[in-house]
Amino acid sequence: MARVVVDVMLKPEILDPQGQAVQRALPRLGFEGISDVRQGKRFELEVDGPVDEAALARIHDLAESFLANTVIEDFTVRVESDDVVAGAAK
Amino acid sequence: MTARIGVVTFPGSLDDRDTQRAIRLAGAEPVALWHKDKDLKQVDAVVLPGGFSYGDYLRAGAISRFSPVMETVIEQARAGLPVLGICNGFQLLTEAHLLPGAMLGNDHLHFICRDQKLRVENAETAWTGDYTAGQEIHIPLKNMDGRYVADEYTLDELEAEGRVVFRYLVRGEAAEGYGNPNGSLRDIAGITNEAGNVVGLMPHPEHAVEPLIGTGRTDGLPFFTSILKKLVTA
Repeated sequence: MARVVVDVMLKPEILDPQGQAVQRALPRLGFEGISDVRQGKRFELEVDGPVDEAALARIHDLAESFLANTVIEDFTVRVESDDVVAGAAK
Repeated sequence: MTARIGVVTFPGSLDDRDTQRAIRLAGAEPVALWHKDKDLKQVDAVVLPGGFSYGDYLRAGAISRFSPVMETVIEQARAGLPVLGICNGFQLLTEAHLLPGAMLGNDHLHFICRDQKLRVENAETAWTGDYTAGQEIHIPLKNMDGRYVADEYTLDELEAEGRVVFRYLVRGEAAEGYGNPNGSLRDIAGITNEAGNVVGLMPHPEHAVEPLIGTGRTDGLPFFTSILKKLVTA
């Protein structure tokens, strides 16, 4: 089974008040030197069968029509390698 | 025979009953529609009510937009069926791309519930004919994701074509219902499509149709009398 990760972020020109609230909390927590924070969404899709070009194309369509609203959001689709999956499980 | 106006109930809809009541008060016949049912029961118009369909999961309206009833609503709205989206219904209409732009979380990150002052900018849509352009109205507003956004090109186009239907009145005391309540671009509270049959807005006209409830005024009633007049004279 392979994992495909879809990252969804608000477009750069869209105001992100949640990210701003996080950024403003940082100095209080002792984290200096971070000038901007933007918050997004990460979807982890466990795919049955091989993640070939056709499967990725289908996931791209899914991301474009459903997981992201492309009026306000950008998205990326990538296959997570086995090493990363193993690392995440530790 | 009077007009039949459908009100869709999704899992998580809150204001479907109030909307049916407003339709009845205006003199039309409300028809309950179910999200799993593609059949619109031959209604003459449809209202997508407020609430939190599918818990606002993913994005407000993003999941309900793919419900069976919406397949028919989208198809018939493109063919001219009058559709009004209130609050969650407005979010649904943008997710379904029947209206341009998108709705995001309020800029102050809080849920807001108050009586809101609005200006009617376009009294020529299917749902606003009983108002006059420039009229100021006072109706309840309650939302988490009420921030209307669109790119500059789309905003300019909406303004140039008179498709901004309602704007938040910003000059005045917040306690009296003035101010932009959610960070919506250009103070936009509601818009319409090119044909004027699809209208969406965040505030709730269905909660302001009787003196006893809401703002104590009936400023929301003209939505429902407008569509009735439009349908019976058509």
